[in-house]
Amino acid sequence: MLTYILRRVFQSVLVLLVVGLVAFAMFRFVGDPVDTMLGQERTMQDIERLRESLGLNKPFFVQYWDFLVRAVQGDLGISYRQGRPVAEIIAERLPATLELAAVSGVFALTFGIVFGIFTAIRRKGLAANAIMTLSLIGVSLPTFLIGILLIYVFAVELSVLPSFGRGEVTDLGGWSTGFLTRSGLIALILPSITLGLYQMTLIMRLVRSEMLEVLRADYIRFARARGLKTRVIHFRHALKNTLVPVITVTGLQLGSIIAFAIITETVFQWPGVGLLFINAIQFVDIPVMAAYLMLISVMFVGINLIVDLLYVAIDPRLRA
Amino acid sequence: MTKRTVALAAAPIAMTALLAGPLSAETLRWARAAEALTLDPHAQNEGPTTTLMHQIYEPLILRNMEGEMVPALATSWEPSEEDGSVWVMTLREGVTFHGGEEFDSSDAVFSLNRAMSETSNFKELLSSVTEVRAAGPYTLEIVTDGPNPLLPNNLTNIMMMDQGWAEANGAEAVQDYAAGEDTFSARNTNGTGPYVLESREADVRTVMTANPDYWGIGEFPLAVSEIVFTPIQNPSTRVAALLTGEVDFIQDVPVQDLERVNSADGIEVITAPQNRVIFYGLNVGAEDLENDSVSGANPFADVRVRRAIDIAINREAIQQVVMRGQSEPAGVINPPPVAGWTEELDEYPAYDVAAAQALMEEAGYGDGFSVQLDCPNDRYVNDEAICQATVGMLAQIGIEVNLSALPRAQHFPLIANGETDFYMLGWGVPTYDSEYVFNFLYHTQTEGRGSWNGTGYSNPEMDAMIVSLSSEVDLEARDQMVADLWAMAEEEVIYIPIHNQILNWGIADGWETVVDADDQVLFKYFAQN
Repeated sequence: MLTYILRRVFQSVLVLLVVGLVAFAMFRFVGDPVDTMLGQERTMQDIERLRESLGLNKPFFVQYWDFLVRAVQGDLGISYRQGRPVAEIIAERLPATLELAAVSGVFALTFGIVFGIFTAIRRKGLAANAIMTLSLIGVSLPTFLIGILLIYVFAVELSVLPSFGRGEVTDLGGWSTGFLTRSGLIALILPSITLGLYQMTLIMRLVRSEMLEVLRADYIRFARARGLKTRVIHFRHALKNTLVPVITVTGLQLGSIIAFAIITETVFQWPGVGLLFINAIQFVDIPVMAAYLMLISVMFVGINLIVDLLYVAIDPRLRA
Repeated sequence: MTKRTVALAAAPIAMTALLAGPLSAETLRWARAAEALTLDPHAQNEGPTTTLMHQIYEPLILRNMEGEMVPALATSWEPSEEDGSVWVMTLREGVTFHGGEEFDSSDAVFSLNRAMSETSNFKELLSSVTEVRAAGPYTLEIVTDGPNPLLPNNLTNIMMMDQGWAEANGAEAVQDYAAGEDTFSARNTNGTGPYVLESREADVRTVMTANPDYWGIGEFPLAVSEIVFTPIQNPSTRVAALLTGEVDFIQDVPVQDLERVNSADGIEVITAPQNRVIFYGLNVGAEDLENDSVSGANPFADVRVRRAIDIAINREAIQQVVMRGQSEPAGVINPPPVAGWTEELDEYPAYDVAAAQALMEEAGYGDGFSVQLDCPNDRYVNDEAICQATVGMLAQIGIEVNLSALPRAQHFPLIANGETDFYMLGWGVPTYDSEYVFNFLYHTQTEGRGSWNGTGYSNPEMDAMIVSLSSEVDLEARDQMVADLWAMAEEEVIYIPIHNQILNWGIADGWETVVDADDQVLFKYFAQN
């Protein structure tokens, strides 16, 4: 057991290191930060001086090593764009992204399961078919288009929802939350739908096909033969058995909700880490890009590690 | 149907709750694509940062929204009678910083020295200054390395800080990224300007309120009592926010949305030519071009080829089709508000494919050649589309153009490093004087000058004239030199001008302002009607 865990942890760290190395190798192709940092009136001398002092003339693996040495001491560097410590900026922005991801996760899960059950039970109904057809939109339309469409309908034409931003936020000891004000809650609606639509359709289709499968199983037929109420059969017996794969998929999708937030955040000017990352790319803000990519990979690797460990807990064959 | 009815019924309630908000009539909610990078007034010489700084800090001499130089913290300025290389400035008395400290000549000396320091972004504007000294509590002397008649032009964006405040908070030095720490002045402000910083969350919201002790009360409209600034990057979202009334003023209405905004109730688009010209640079200096089909020779080194390109580009078509009328075709890489610009210079050659072909023939390239055009795709209005249009136009004279459109962070280093044969660049002239253009774009690329000259062009005679411009005190003689330089530049055709951009500001009814050619906003000039 212990060797298994140690091995998995060791592998995770290795993955992180490789991600960092690839990221630093890529930064050279994103562009040169020096030009945007110096403004129009820079001389060739200024460019050389700044490149030298930022260490941009060094090979990328040396830059990566410098980053790692400082990162393990808790120093993520100074943002080239904002001139403030990266750790502080990320801590400031993370709540916005996590709240958005949580709300769209709940949205996707709730509506995904409800619609999934509905379309499975009323397989031939008109409403079920309509939902299935509409769900194709969720899968096929790009996120930014859905966002702009929602803004056009609900903000510009109907003027019921705000078109951008987080509304009013309350600061709870370093965690800024939009859950406590009315404008904060309203501001969450459009971005979470935009972000969660894809996951919702995914869950819906998964629940539907699992449910159809289960409804054909022998024990359901037997339950019907026993004369149990349809409602009990559907919700107590069938639904429970469809949820196992749904939970696995949802867990894995959580990471991608946070990663996909980049586009949604740009459309809605949502001040989260995704928007921060987009700005960092445009400005070639290497410290922020490096920190963000490491953060996301830590998250993905962490989720995978937990899932792996859960398998060990569930499946006795792995404990040998 | 039912859904729609519900939504419509809910609309008025929700609107009062969140769209109108508890804001008073004098609050102006302002949005633009870009966010200010820092609050340190000397760290970033870049449009959006300077705009924000102008509300909080003030320079000695201000360029107002009509482009005229007007007194700000200096009430008058003139060259010293004894020594031509000294500028004497009389400072405004009775001005206090937001923190209550008094403004005097020691603050001005401190601020100018700070702006001249190694890590300042503004030091190039003050490169001729050798000493700044206080000759009295409200008299300032700026010594230059020779007579510099245009020094005041360079001071319009250099903000004054309080020496005591900066020293007490360890903010004497401008932000140095390499040092790995942030400076106090990057997050805190203490200016003399018309607005006081209330709160700031970078990329989210910056709030400023009117300064009750401002020296200019009564002199300026000062109709805005509170400014709420939000950057909104996505153009569609920005326009939507203006249409819904969530913001009152946006600085960048995309050309494709102009009609939509203009036809909406309660909003208008105001327009003015921008101080920015868009053009192509040609690598004339290289022995052989990197990415072309001609080996052993550089077709751009032949002025006939350059001329052929100049007349093969249909500027009016670009204006009508690509820019939807939102540009002014140009014949010189000097925007109209800049001294040295003349109508004759700005006349562009008629579009003439046959003549262009004849020139190509004459130069020995009758069969054409291929070359790579480097173009930014996120910097200027419709930049990539302009380049695409150019590809088609040059194909008519046999030049096969391979377009490489890149984000700005990758495009501009190509010019600085001389790694491009054919590129797009836009140029604004903050000093409103041609010398700025010659210095950066025509002078041979050396350590101190010509840093944006990516053409490899080098003309010692021209270089000498450019250098002597900076110390010519006889303004008439200087104007003649500028005219001579432009005449020379027009002969060489190392740059192909396309057009001057036009600024489109979207503003809610009730506010009155002119559009500033530098895209700078000075809210103290905003009036209500």
